[in-house]
Amino acid sequence: MYQDVILDHYKHPHGRGLREGQSEVHHVNPTCGDEITLRVRMDGTVIGDVSYEGQGCSISQASASVLNELLVGKDVSEAQKIQETFLELMQSRGRIEPDEAMEEVLEDAIAFAGVSKYPARVKCALLSWMAWKDATAQALSEGKPA
Amino acid sequence: MTSTSPIGRVPAGLLDTEAIRKDFPILDRLVHDDRRLVYLDNAATSQKPRQVLDTLNAYYEQSNANVHRGVHVLAEEATALYEGARDKVAAFINAPSRDEVIFTKNASESLNLVANMLGWADEPYRVDSNTEIVITEMEHHSNIVPWQLLSQRTGAKLKWFGLTDDGRLDLSEIDQVITEDTKIVSFVLVSNILGTVNPVEAIVRRAQQVGALVLIDASQAAPHMPLDVQALGADFVAFTGHKMLGPTGIGVLWGRQELLEDLPPFLGGGEMIETVSMHSSTYAPAPHKFEAGTPPIAQAIGLGAAVDYLSALGMDKVAAHEHAITEYALGRLLEVPDLRIIGPTTGEDRGAAISFTLGDIHPHDVGQVLDEQGIAVRVGHHCARPVCLRYGIPATTRASFYLYSTPAEVDALVEGLEQVRNFFG
Repeated sequence: MYQDVILDHYKHPHGRGLREGQSEVHHVNPTCGDEITLRVRMDGTVIGDVSYEGQGCSISQASASVLNELLVGKDVSEAQKIQETFLELMQSRGRIEPDEAMEEVLEDAIAFAGVSKYPARVKCALLSWMAWKDATAQALSEGKPA
Repeated sequence: MTSTSPIGRVPAGLLDTEAIRKDFPILDRLVHDDRRLVYLDNAATSQKPRQVLDTLNAYYEQSNANVHRGVHVLAEEATALYEGARDKVAAFINAPSRDEVIFTKNASESLNLVANMLGWADEPYRVDSNTEIVITEMEHHSNIVPWQLLSQRTGAKLKWFGLTDDGRLDLSEIDQVITEDTKIVSFVLVSNILGTVNPVEAIVRRAQQVGALVLIDASQAAPHMPLDVQALGADFVAFTGHKMLGPTGIGVLWGRQELLEDLPPFLGGGEMIETVSMHSSTYAPAPHKFEAGTPPIAQAIGLGAAVDYLSALGMDKVAAHEHAITEYALGRLLEVPDLRIIGPTTGEDRGAAISFTLGDIHPHDVGQVLDEQGIAVRVGHHCARPVCLRYGIPATTRASFYLYSTPAEVDALVEGLEQVRNFFG
Protein backbone atom coordinates (compact mmCIF):
# COMPACT_ATOMS: atom_id res chain seq x y z
CA MET A 1 0.00 0.00 0.00
CA TYR A 2 2.94 2.36 0.57
CA GLN A 3 3.59 3.28 -3.07
CA ASP A 4 6.63 5.47 -3.77
CA VAL A 5 4.26 8.20 -4.95
CA ILE A 6 2.61 8.22 -1.53
CA LEU A 7 5.93 8.32 0.31
CA ASP A 8 7.14 11.14 -1.95
CA HIS A 9 4.09 13.24 -1.20
CA TYR A 10 4.44 12.45 2.51
CA LYS A 11 8.07 13.53 2.63
CA HIS A 12 7.67 16.52 0.29
CA PRO A 13 4.10 17.76 0.63
CA HIS A 14 2.64 20.18 -1.92
CA GLY A 15 0.98 23.36 -0.78
CA ARG A 16 1.24 22.69 2.93
CA GLY A 17 0.65 25.63 5.29
CA LEU A 18 -2.37 27.84 5.81
CA ARG A 19 -2.96 30.74 3.43
CA GLU A 20 -5.91 33.03 2.84
CA GLY A 21 -9.23 31.55 1.86
CA GLN A 22 -12.98 32.21 1.97
CA SER A 23 -13.65 29.24 4.23
CA GLU A 24 -11.90 27.13 6.82
CA VAL A 25 -12.83 23.72 8.24
CA HIS A 26 -11.29 21.44 10.85
CA HIS A 27 -11.84 17.70 10.47
CA VAL A 28 -10.65 14.91 12.77
CA ASN A 29 -10.51 11.14 12.60
CA PRO A 30 -11.42 10.19 16.18
CA THR A 31 -10.21 6.61 15.87
CA CYS A 32 -6.58 7.59 15.31
CA GLY A 33 -6.31 11.28 16.14
CA ASP A 34 -5.47 12.44 12.60
CA GLU A 35 -6.56 16.03 12.08
CA ILE A 36 -6.53 18.67 9.40
CA THR A 37 -7.36 22.36 9.15
CA LEU A 38 -8.09 23.24 5.53
CA ARG A 39 -8.90 26.48 3.71
CA VAL A 40 -10.32 27.01 0.23
CA ARG A 41 -9.92 30.14 -1.85
CA MET A 42 -12.20 30.39 -4.88
CA ASP A 43 -11.37 32.60 -7.85
CA GLY A 44 -14.81 32.73 -9.39
CA THR A 45 -15.60 29.11 -10.20
CA VAL A 46 -11.95 28.08 -10.19
CA ILE A 47 -10.22 26.55 -7.17
CA GLY A 48 -7.69 29.32 -6.47
CA ASP A 49 -5.95 27.62 -3.56
CA VAL A 50 -6.33 24.76 -1.09
CA SER A 51 -4.12 25.33 1.93
CA TYR A 52 -3.89 23.03 4.92
CA GLU A 53 -2.13 22.21 8.15
CA GLY A 54 -2.51 19.03 10.14
CA GLN A 55 -1.00 15.99 11.70
CA GLY A 56 -1.43 12.34 10.99
CA CYS A 57 -0.07 9.25 9.31
CA SER A 58 1.68 9.15 5.94
CA ILE A 59 -1.56 8.19 4.18
CA SER A 60 -3.55 11.16 5.47
CA GLN A 61 -0.71 13.63 4.87
CA ALA A 62 0.16 12.37 1.39
CA SER A 63 -3.50 12.40 0.43
CA ALA A 64 -3.79 16.11 1.32
CA SER A 65 -0.72 16.85 -0.79
CA VAL A 66 -2.11 14.96 -3.78
CA LEU A 67 -5.41 16.79 -3.38
CA ASN A 68 -3.66 20.14 -3.51
CA GLU A 69 -1.71 19.19 -6.60
CA LEU A 70 -4.74 17.79 -8.35
CA LEU A 71 -7.48 20.30 -7.58
CA VAL A 72 -5.86 23.74 -7.48
CA GLY A 73 -6.47 25.56 -10.75
CA LYS A 74 -9.38 23.32 -11.77
CA ASP A 75 -12.93 24.47 -12.27
CA VAL A 76 -15.07 23.50 -9.29
CA SER A 77 -17.32 21.18 -11.34
CA GLU A 78 -14.31 19.24 -12.60
CA ALA A 79 -12.79 19.17 -9.12
CA GLN A 80 -16.00 17.72 -7.73
CA LYS A 81 -15.90 14.98 -10.34
CA ILE A 82 -12.33 14.13 -9.35
CA GLN A 83 -13.39 14.03 -5.69
CA GLU A 84 -16.27 11.68 -6.50
CA THR A 85 -13.99 9.40 -8.50
CA PHE A 86 -11.47 9.28 -5.64
CA LEU A 87 -14.27 8.53 -3.17
CA GLU A 88 -15.52 5.70 -5.39
CA LEU A 89 -12.03 4.22 -5.62
CA MET A 90 -11.42 4.46 -1.87
CA GLN A 91 -14.75 2.85 -1.01
CA SER A 92 -14.17 -0.04 -3.42
CA ARG A 93 -12.50 -2.31 -0.83
CA GLY A 94 -9.84 -3.10 -3.41
CA ARG A 95 -12.39 -4.37 -5.93
CA ILE A 96 -11.87 -1.63 -8.53
CA GLU A 97 -8.95 -2.22 -10.85
CA PRO A 98 -8.24 1.33 -12.05
CA ASP A 99 -8.47 1.66 -15.83
CA GLU A 100 -6.82 4.27 -18.02
CA ALA A 101 -9.78 6.62 -17.85
CA MET A 102 -9.65 6.60 -14.08
CA GLU A 103 -5.89 7.11 -14.08
CA GLU A 104 -6.32 10.12 -16.30
CA VAL A 105 -8.76 11.68 -13.83
CA LEU A 106 -6.89 10.82 -10.64
CA GLU A 107 -3.22 11.11 -11.72
CA ASP A 108 -1.07 10.58 -8.58
CA ALA A 109 -4.17 9.83 -6.51
CA ILE A 110 -4.41 6.48 -8.29
CA ALA A 111 -1.57 5.33 -6.00
CA PHE A 112 -4.10 5.13 -3.16
CA ALA A 113 -5.96 2.23 -4.83
CA GLY A 114 -4.06 -0.21 -2.58
CA VAL A 115 -5.19 1.65 0.55
CA SER A 116 -8.81 0.81 -0.23
CA LYS A 117 -8.07 -2.80 0.76
CA TYR A 118 -7.45 -1.68 4.36
CA PRO A 119 -10.76 -0.54 5.88
CA ALA A 120 -8.97 0.99 8.87
CA ARG A 121 -6.94 3.26 6.60
CA VAL A 122 -9.58 4.44 4.13
CA LYS A 123 -10.64 7.18 6.53
CA CYS A 124 -7.04 8.41 6.67
CA ALA A 125 -6.96 8.78 2.89
CA LEU A 126 -10.35 10.49 2.78
CA LEU A 127 -9.82 12.96 5.64
CA SER A 128 -8.55 15.87 3.51
CA TRP A 129 -10.97 15.14 0.67
CA MET A 130 -13.98 15.31 2.97
CA ALA A 131 -12.59 18.49 4.51
CA TRP A 132 -12.13 19.98 1.03
CA LYS A 133 -15.70 19.09 0.04
CA ASP A 134 -17.03 20.73 3.19
CA ALA A 135 -14.85 23.85 2.84
CA THR A 136 -15.70 24.26 -0.86
CA ALA A 137 -19.43 24.07 -0.16
CA GLN A 138 -18.98 26.79 2.46
CA ALA A 139 -16.86 28.97 0.20
CA LEU A 140 -19.41 28.70 -2.62
CA SER A 141 -22.39 29.53 -0.42
CA GLU A 142 -20.46 32.51 0.95
CA GLY A 143 -20.12 33.99 -2.51
CA LYS A 144 -23.85 33.83 -3.18
CA PRO A 145 -26.22 36.62 -2.18
CA ALA A 146 -28.23 35.69 0.92
CA MET B 1 9.86 -18.94 17.22
CA THR B 2 10.72 -20.07 20.75
CA SER B 3 13.76 -22.05 19.65
CA THR B 4 15.53 -19.00 18.22
CA SER B 5 18.14 -17.85 20.68
CA PRO B 6 17.57 -14.29 21.83
CA ILE B 7 19.91 -11.49 20.78
CA GLY B 8 20.22 -9.87 24.19
CA ARG B 9 20.64 -11.20 27.71
CA VAL B 10 17.34 -12.50 29.06
CA PRO B 11 16.64 -12.12 32.79
CA ALA B 12 15.74 -15.24 34.77
CA GLY B 13 12.17 -16.27 35.52
CA LEU B 14 10.74 -17.24 32.13
CA LEU B 15 7.95 -19.81 31.92
CA ASP B 16 8.21 -22.83 29.64
CA THR B 17 6.66 -21.00 26.72
CA GLU B 18 7.33 -23.86 24.32
CA ALA B 19 4.89 -26.02 26.29
CA ILE B 20 2.44 -23.19 26.96
CA ARG B 21 2.21 -22.12 23.32
CA LYS B 22 0.99 -25.61 22.36
CA ASP B 23 -2.21 -24.76 24.26
CA PHE B 24 -2.86 -21.72 22.05
CA PRO B 25 -3.67 -22.88 18.50
CA ILE B 26 -3.91 -19.31 17.16
CA LEU B 27 -0.25 -18.65 17.93
CA ASP B 28 0.69 -21.07 15.14
CA ARG B 29 -1.24 -19.06 12.57
CA LEU B 30 0.43 -17.62 9.54
CA VAL B 31 -0.65 -14.18 8.39
CA HIS B 32 -0.01 -12.33 5.11
CA ASP B 33 0.64 -15.68 3.40
CA ASP B 34 3.74 -16.92 5.17
CA ARG B 35 4.46 -14.77 8.21
CA ARG B 36 4.34 -16.38 11.62
CA LEU B 37 2.01 -14.36 13.85
CA VAL B 38 3.79 -12.37 16.56
CA TYR B 39 0.93 -11.35 18.81
CA LEU B 40 1.88 -8.34 20.93
CA ASP B 41 -1.57 -6.87 21.53
CA ASN B 42 -2.34 -8.63 24.79
CA ALA B 43 -3.39 -5.51 26.65
CA ALA B 44 -6.27 -5.24 24.17
CA THR B 45 -7.24 -8.88 24.52
CA SER B 46 -5.45 -12.14 25.23
CA GLN B 47 -5.57 -15.29 23.14
CA LYS B 48 -7.49 -18.29 24.53
CA PRO B 49 -6.03 -21.67 25.42
CA ARG B 50 -7.60 -24.89 24.17
CA GLN B 51 -8.74 -25.62 27.75
CA VAL B 52 -11.03 -22.57 27.69
CA LEU B 53 -12.29 -23.28 24.18
CA ASP B 54 -13.01 -26.92 25.08
CA THR B 55 -14.91 -25.84 28.20
CA LEU B 56 -17.14 -23.50 26.17
CA ASN B 57 -17.79 -26.21 23.63
CA ALA B 58 -18.53 -28.88 26.24
CA TYR B 59 -20.96 -26.57 28.02
CA TYR B 60 -22.94 -25.89 24.85
CA GLU B 61 -22.82 -29.51 23.71
CA GLN B 62 -23.68 -31.12 27.04
CA SER B 63 -25.21 -28.78 29.62
CA ASN B 64 -26.72 -25.71 27.98
CA ALA B 65 -29.78 -24.37 29.87
CA ASN B 66 -30.86 -21.21 31.63
CA VAL B 67 -29.62 -20.89 35.19
CA HIS B 68 -31.38 -20.66 38.59
CA ARG B 69 -34.80 -21.58 37.25
CA GLY B 70 -35.60 -25.00 35.89
CA VAL B 71 -35.75 -28.19 37.89
CA HIS B 72 -34.46 -30.35 35.06
CA VAL B 73 -31.03 -31.94 34.80
CA LEU B 74 -29.58 -29.45 32.32
CA ALA B 75 -30.76 -26.44 34.33
CA GLU B 76 -29.14 -27.84 37.43
CA GLU B 77 -25.90 -28.61 35.61
CA ALA B 78 -25.77 -25.15 34.03
CA THR B 79 -26.45 -23.52 37.40
CA ALA B 80 -23.76 -25.59 39.12
CA LEU B 81 -21.24 -24.71 36.40
CA TYR B 82 -22.13 -21.00 36.48
CA GLU B 83 -22.00 -20.78 40.27
CA GLY B 84 -18.89 -22.95 40.26
CA ALA B 85 -17.22 -20.30 38.10
CA ARG B 86 -18.09 -17.75 40.77
CA ASP B 87 -16.35 -19.91 43.38
CA LYS B 88 -13.26 -20.12 41.18
CA VAL B 89 -13.12 -16.37 40.62
CA ALA B 90 -13.67 -15.71 44.35
CA ALA B 91 -10.75 -17.97 45.24
CA PHE B 92 -8.60 -16.44 42.48
CA ILE B 93 -8.93 -12.93 43.96
CA ASN B 94 -9.00 -14.10 47.59
CA ALA B 95 -12.51 -12.72 48.17
CA PRO B 96 -13.76 -13.33 51.72
CA SER B 97 -17.10 -14.48 50.30
CA ARG B 98 -18.29 -15.85 46.96
CA ASP B 99 -21.34 -13.60 47.29
CA GLU B 100 -19.10 -10.59 46.78
CA VAL B 101 -18.35 -11.60 43.18
CA ILE B 102 -20.75 -10.02 40.68
CA PHE B 103 -20.63 -11.11 37.04
CA THR B 104 -20.99 -8.28 34.52
CA LYS B 105 -20.31 -8.14 30.81
CA ASN B 106 -16.94 -6.38 31.07
CA ALA B 107 -14.88 -4.01 33.24
CA SER B 108 -16.67 -0.99 31.75
CA GLU B 109 -19.99 -2.30 33.00
CA SER B 110 -18.46 -3.00 36.42
CA LEU B 111 -17.18 0.59 36.68
CA ASN B 112 -20.48 2.03 35.43
CA LEU B 113 -22.33 -0.14 37.92
CA VAL B 114 -20.48 1.41 40.87
CA ALA B 115 -20.94 4.95 39.51
CA ASN B 116 -24.67 4.34 39.18
CA MET B 117 -25.02 2.68 42.61
CA LEU B 118 -23.44 5.75 44.19
CA GLY B 119 -25.60 8.15 42.20
CA TRP B 120 -28.78 6.48 43.46
CA ALA B 121 -27.55 5.63 46.97
CA ASP B 122 -28.77 7.11 50.25
CA GLU B 123 -26.44 8.65 52.79
CA PRO B 124 -23.68 8.04 53.65
CA TYR B 125 -22.70 6.87 50.15
CA ARG B 126 -24.66 9.31 48.05
CA VAL B 127 -22.71 11.36 45.51
CA ASP B 128 -24.32 14.80 45.14
CA SER B 129 -23.44 18.45 44.52
CA ASN B 130 -21.70 18.80 47.89
CA THR B 131 -19.30 15.96 47.23
CA GLU B 132 -16.26 15.13 45.14
CA ILE B 133 -15.14 12.28 42.89
CA VAL B 134 -11.43 11.58 42.43
CA ILE B 135 -9.85 9.75 39.48
CA THR B 136 -6.46 10.03 37.72
CA GLU B 137 -5.19 11.36 34.40
CA MET B 138 -4.01 7.87 33.36
CA GLU B 139 -7.44 6.21 33.47
CA HIS B 140 -8.89 4.30 30.54
CA HIS B 141 -11.91 6.16 29.15
CA SER B 142 -14.07 3.56 30.89
CA ASN B 143 -12.93 4.96 34.24
CA ILE B 144 -13.32 8.60 33.16
CA VAL B 145 -16.59 8.87 31.28
CA PRO B 146 -18.85 7.14 33.89
CA TRP B 147 -17.60 9.66 36.47
CA GLN B 148 -18.06 12.60 34.10
CA LEU B 149 -21.64 11.41 33.59
CA LEU B 150 -22.19 11.04 37.34
CA SER B 151 -20.68 14.47 37.94
CA GLN B 152 -22.92 16.08 35.30
CA ARG B 153 -26.02 14.40 36.69
CA THR B 154 -25.40 15.08 40.36
CA GLY B 155 -23.32 18.27 40.36
CA ALA B 156 -20.47 16.49 42.18
CA LYS B 157 -17.02 17.92 41.51
CA LEU B 158 -14.68 15.70 39.46
CA LYS B 159 -11.00 15.92 40.43
CA TRP B 160 -7.96 13.94 39.37
CA PHE B 161 -4.32 13.21 40.05
CA GLY B 162 -1.98 14.43 37.31
CA LEU B 163 1.08 12.57 35.98
CA THR B 164 4.81 13.06 36.38
CA ASP B 165 7.10 13.29 33.36
CA ASP B 166 8.23 9.70 33.86
CA GLY B 167 4.72 8.29 33.68
CA ARG B 168 3.76 7.95 37.34
CA LEU B 169 0.93 9.42 39.39
CA ASP B 170 1.76 12.80 40.93
CA LEU B 171 0.61 12.28 44.52
CA SER B 172 2.47 15.33 45.89
CA GLU B 173 -0.82 17.08 46.70
CA ILE B 174 -2.76 14.02 47.75
CA ASP B 175 -4.25 15.76 50.80
CA GLN B 176 -5.68 18.52 48.59
CA VAL B 177 -6.98 16.13 45.95
CA ILE B 178 -8.63 13.66 48.35
CA THR B 179 -10.51 15.68 50.98
CA GLU B 180 -13.32 15.34 53.51
CA ASP B 181 -15.73 15.98 50.64
CA THR B 182 -14.46 13.03 48.58
CA LYS B 183 -16.99 10.20 48.32
CA ILE B 184 -15.21 7.92 45.89
CA VAL B 185 -11.66 7.47 44.64
CA SER B 186 -11.45 5.36 41.47
CA PHE B 187 -8.10 4.52 39.91
CA VAL B 188 -6.33 2.04 37.72
CA LEU B 189 -3.99 -0.51 39.30
CA VAL B 190 -1.90 -1.00 36.14
CA SER B 191 -2.14 1.54 33.30
CA ASN B 192 -3.09 0.10 29.92
CA ILE B 193 -1.08 2.74 28.06
CA LEU B 194 1.87 3.59 30.33
CA GLY B 195 2.30 0.20 32.01
CA THR B 196 2.66 1.94 35.38
CA VAL B 197 1.76 -0.05 38.50
CA ASN B 198 0.22 2.47 40.90
CA PRO B 199 0.92 2.78 44.64
CA VAL B 200 -2.34 1.43 46.03
CA GLU B 201 -1.49 1.68 49.69
CA ALA B 202 -0.84 5.45 49.76
CA ILE B 203 -4.09 6.22 47.96
CA VAL B 204 -6.21 3.79 49.98
CA ARG B 205 -4.76 5.11 53.25
CA ARG B 206 -5.70 8.70 52.41
CA ALA B 207 -9.16 7.67 51.15
CA GLN B 208 -9.85 5.75 54.35
CA GLN B 209 -8.73 8.76 56.41
CA VAL B 210 -11.52 10.86 54.91
CA GLY B 211 -14.08 8.03 54.71
CA ALA B 212 -14.14 7.83 50.90
CA LEU B 213 -14.85 4.59 49.09
CA VAL B 214 -12.15 3.14 46.80
CA LEU B 215 -12.73 1.46 43.45
CA ILE B 216 -9.76 -0.14 41.70
CA ASP B 217 -9.75 -0.89 37.97
CA ALA B 218 -7.72 -4.10 37.84
CA SER B 219 -8.32 -4.89 34.15
CA GLN B 220 -4.57 -4.91 33.39
CA ALA B 221 -3.64 -6.45 36.74
CA ALA B 222 -5.88 -9.51 37.12
CA PRO B 223 -4.39 -11.23 34.04
CA HIS B 224 -0.78 -10.56 35.00
CA MET B 225 -0.16 -10.70 38.76
CA PRO B 226 -1.57 -12.21 41.94
CA LEU B 227 -4.68 -10.22 42.82
CA ASP B 228 -5.76 -10.22 46.47
CA VAL B 229 -8.74 -7.95 47.04
CA GLN B 230 -8.31 -8.14 50.81
CA ALA B 231 -4.67 -7.04 50.62
CA LEU B 232 -5.56 -4.14 48.31
CA GLY B 233 -7.86 -2.70 50.97
CA ALA B 234 -10.28 -1.34 48.35
CA ASP B 235 -14.08 -1.39 48.53
CA PHE B 236 -14.61 -2.43 44.91
CA VAL B 237 -12.38 -4.09 42.31
CA ALA B 238 -13.32 -4.34 38.62
CA PHE B 239 -11.79 -6.44 35.85
CA THR B 240 -12.66 -8.20 32.62
CA GLY B 241 -12.41 -11.83 31.50
CA HIS B 242 -11.18 -11.55 27.92
CA LYS B 243 -7.82 -10.07 28.86
CA MET B 244 -7.08 -13.06 31.13
CA LEU B 245 -7.57 -15.96 28.71
CA GLY B 246 -11.37 -15.95 29.08
CA PRO B 247 -14.06 -15.21 26.51
CA THR B 248 -15.40 -11.74 25.73
CA GLY B 249 -18.71 -10.75 27.34
CA ILE B 250 -17.79 -11.54 30.94
CA GLY B 251 -16.49 -9.11 33.54
CA VAL B 252 -16.30 -9.04 37.31
CA LEU B 253 -17.09 -6.55 40.01
CA TRP B 254 -15.96 -7.51 43.48
CA GLY B 255 -17.43 -5.43 46.32
CA ARG B 256 -17.41 -5.60 50.10
CA GLN B 257 -20.46 -7.46 51.34
CA GLU B 258 -21.89 -4.74 53.60
CA LEU B 259 -21.70 -2.23 50.76
CA LEU B 260 -23.43 -4.59 48.36
CA GLU B 261 -26.17 -5.03 50.96
CA ASP B 262 -26.62 -1.28 51.45
CA LEU B 263 -26.29 0.00 47.90
CA PRO B 264 -29.24 0.06 45.51
CA PRO B 265 -29.44 -2.08 42.36
CA PHE B 266 -28.94 -0.47 38.97
CA LEU B 267 -30.51 -2.76 36.37
CA GLY B 268 -33.88 -4.25 37.27
CA GLY B 269 -35.26 -7.49 35.89
CA GLY B 270 -35.47 -11.20 36.36
CA GLU B 271 -33.07 -12.91 38.74
CA MET B 272 -32.42 -9.82 40.85
CA ILE B 273 -35.69 -9.88 42.80
CA GLU B 274 -37.07 -11.51 45.92
CA THR B 275 -40.77 -10.74 45.43
CA VAL B 276 -42.52 -8.55 42.89
CA SER B 277 -45.96 -6.99 43.04
CA MET B 278 -47.41 -4.37 40.71
CA HIS B 279 -46.61 -1.70 43.34
CA SER B 280 -43.12 -2.58 44.45
CA SER B 281 -40.44 -5.23 44.68
CA THR B 282 -37.88 -6.49 47.11
CA TYR B 283 -34.50 -7.58 45.95
CA ALA B 284 -32.47 -10.73 46.07
CA PRO B 285 -29.28 -10.57 48.15
CA ALA B 286 -25.97 -9.87 46.39
CA PRO B 287 -24.61 -10.95 44.01
CA HIS B 288 -27.93 -11.70 42.29
CA LYS B 289 -29.28 -8.25 43.17
CA PHE B 290 -26.81 -6.88 40.60
CA GLU B 291 -27.25 -9.56 37.93
CA ALA B 292 -30.59 -8.76 36.29
CA GLY B 293 -31.64 -10.95 33.40
CA THR B 294 -30.06 -14.08 31.97
CA PRO B 295 -26.35 -13.72 32.69
CA PRO B 296 -23.46 -14.56 30.32
CA ILE B 297 -23.50 -18.20 31.40
CA ALA B 298 -21.07 -19.82 28.96
CA GLN B 299 -18.74 -16.85 29.28
CA ALA B 300 -18.65 -17.10 33.08
CA ILE B 301 -17.91 -20.82 32.82
CA GLY B 302 -15.20 -20.05 30.28
CA LEU B 303 -13.70 -17.51 32.67
CA GLY B 304 -13.71 -20.21 35.33
CA ALA B 305 -11.63 -22.41 33.01
CA ALA B 306 -9.27 -19.48 32.35
CA VAL B 307 -8.83 -19.00 36.09
CA ASP B 308 -8.04 -22.71 36.43
CA TYR B 309 -5.41 -22.39 33.71
CA LEU B 310 -3.82 -19.34 35.33
CA SER B 311 -3.90 -20.88 38.81
CA ALA B 312 -2.24 -24.06 37.54
CA LEU B 313 0.62 -21.97 36.15
CA GLY B 314 0.72 -19.84 39.31
CA MET B 315 0.14 -16.10 39.13
CA ASP B 316 3.45 -15.36 40.83
CA LYS B 317 5.20 -17.29 38.05
CA VAL B 318 3.16 -15.46 35.39
CA ALA B 319 4.19 -12.15 36.97
CA ALA B 320 7.85 -13.20 37.06
CA HIS B 321 7.74 -14.26 33.40
CA GLU B 322 6.24 -10.97 32.31
CA HIS B 323 8.69 -9.02 34.44
CA ALA B 324 11.58 -10.79 32.70
CA ILE B 325 10.09 -10.22 29.24
CA THR B 326 9.38 -6.57 30.05
CA GLU B 327 12.93 -5.93 31.26
CA TYR B 328 14.27 -7.60 28.14
CA ALA B 329 11.92 -5.62 25.89
CA LEU B 330 12.73 -2.29 27.57
CA GLY B 331 16.45 -2.93 27.12
CA ARG B 332 16.10 -3.87 23.49
CA LEU B 333 13.65 -1.10 22.58
CA LEU B 334 15.87 1.56 24.13
CA GLU B 335 18.57 0.49 21.62
CA VAL B 336 16.32 1.55 18.73
CA PRO B 337 17.33 5.05 17.52
CA ASP B 338 14.65 7.76 17.93
CA LEU B 339 12.45 5.47 20.04
CA ARG B 340 10.88 7.22 23.05
CA ILE B 341 9.11 5.13 25.66
CA ILE B 342 5.96 6.81 27.01
CA GLY B 343 5.84 5.58 30.60
CA PRO B 344 8.39 4.13 33.02
CA THR B 345 11.62 3.07 31.29
CA THR B 346 12.61 0.48 33.89
CA GLY B 347 10.88 -2.70 34.98
CA GLU B 348 10.26 -1.38 38.49
CA ASP B 349 6.53 -1.14 39.39
CA ARG B 350 5.73 -1.73 35.78
CA GLY B 351 3.46 -4.02 33.79
CA ALA B 352 4.05 -5.63 30.40
CA ALA B 353 2.43 -2.96 28.18
CA ILE B 354 5.04 -0.69 26.58
CA SER B 355 3.98 2.40 24.63
CA PHE B 356 6.41 4.29 22.49
CA THR B 357 6.87 6.77 19.68
CA LEU B 358 9.39 6.32 16.87
CA GLY B 359 10.78 9.65 15.72
CA ASP B 360 7.99 11.49 13.97
CA ILE B 361 6.73 8.41 12.15
CA HIS B 362 3.02 8.21 12.83
CA PRO B 363 2.00 5.16 14.93
CA HIS B 364 -0.49 4.16 12.24
CA ASP B 365 2.37 3.77 9.81
CA VAL B 366 4.46 1.93 12.40
CA GLY B 367 1.60 -0.49 13.06
CA GLN B 368 0.93 -1.05 9.37
CA VAL B 369 4.52 -1.89 8.46
CA LEU B 370 4.80 -4.17 11.53
CA ASP B 371 1.59 -5.90 10.48
CA GLU B 372 3.06 -6.59 7.04
CA GLN B 373 5.72 -8.57 8.93
CA GLY B 374 3.11 -10.47 10.94
CA ILE B 375 3.60 -8.44 14.12
CA ALA B 376 0.36 -7.37 15.82
CA VAL B 377 0.60 -4.26 17.97
CA ARG B 378 -1.93 -1.62 18.94
CA VAL B 379 -1.71 1.95 17.67
CA GLY B 380 -3.71 5.01 18.64
CA HIS B 381 -4.54 6.60 21.97
CA HIS B 382 -5.55 3.31 23.63
CA CYS B 383 -8.78 4.75 25.07
CA ALA B 384 -6.60 6.99 27.23
CA ARG B 385 -6.50 10.19 25.20
CA PRO B 386 -5.73 12.44 28.21
CA VAL B 387 -2.40 10.61 28.56
CA CYS B 388 -1.48 11.44 24.94
CA LEU B 389 -2.45 15.08 25.55
CA ARG B 390 -0.37 15.13 28.74
CA TYR B 391 2.75 14.01 26.88
CA GLY B 392 2.07 16.11 23.78
CA ILE B 393 1.78 13.22 21.32
CA PRO B 394 -1.08 12.33 18.95
CA ALA B 395 -0.87 8.59 19.61
CA THR B 396 1.53 5.79 20.48
CA THR B 397 2.47 2.34 19.30
CA ARG B 398 1.98 -0.22 22.08
CA ALA B 399 3.49 -3.67 22.40
CA SER B 400 2.02 -5.71 25.25
CA PHE B 401 3.17 -9.12 26.39
CA TYR B 402 1.64 -12.10 28.14
CA LEU B 403 2.47 -15.48 29.59
CA TYR B 404 3.16 -16.98 26.14
CA SER B 405 5.38 -14.12 24.91
CA THR B 406 9.01 -14.97 24.16
CA PRO B 407 12.28 -13.04 23.91
CA ALA B 408 12.35 -14.07 20.24
CA GLU B 409 9.11 -12.15 19.73
CA VAL B 410 10.72 -9.08 21.31
CA ASP B 411 13.60 -9.50 18.86
CA ALA B 412 11.12 -9.75 15.98
CA LEU B 413 9.55 -6.48 17.12
CA VAL B 414 12.89 -4.70 17.30
CA GLU B 415 13.83 -6.00 13.86
CA GLY B 416 10.43 -4.93 12.56
CA LEU B 417 10.98 -1.42 13.91
CA GLU B 418 14.29 -1.26 12.04
CA GLN B 419 12.36 -1.96 8.85
CA VAL B 420 9.87 0.76 9.73
CA ARG B 421 12.74 3.22 10.17
CA ASN B 422 14.35 2.21 6.88
CA PHE B 423 11.03 2.58 5.14
CA PHE B 424 10.11 6.02 6.43
CA GLY B 425 13.60 7.29 7.32
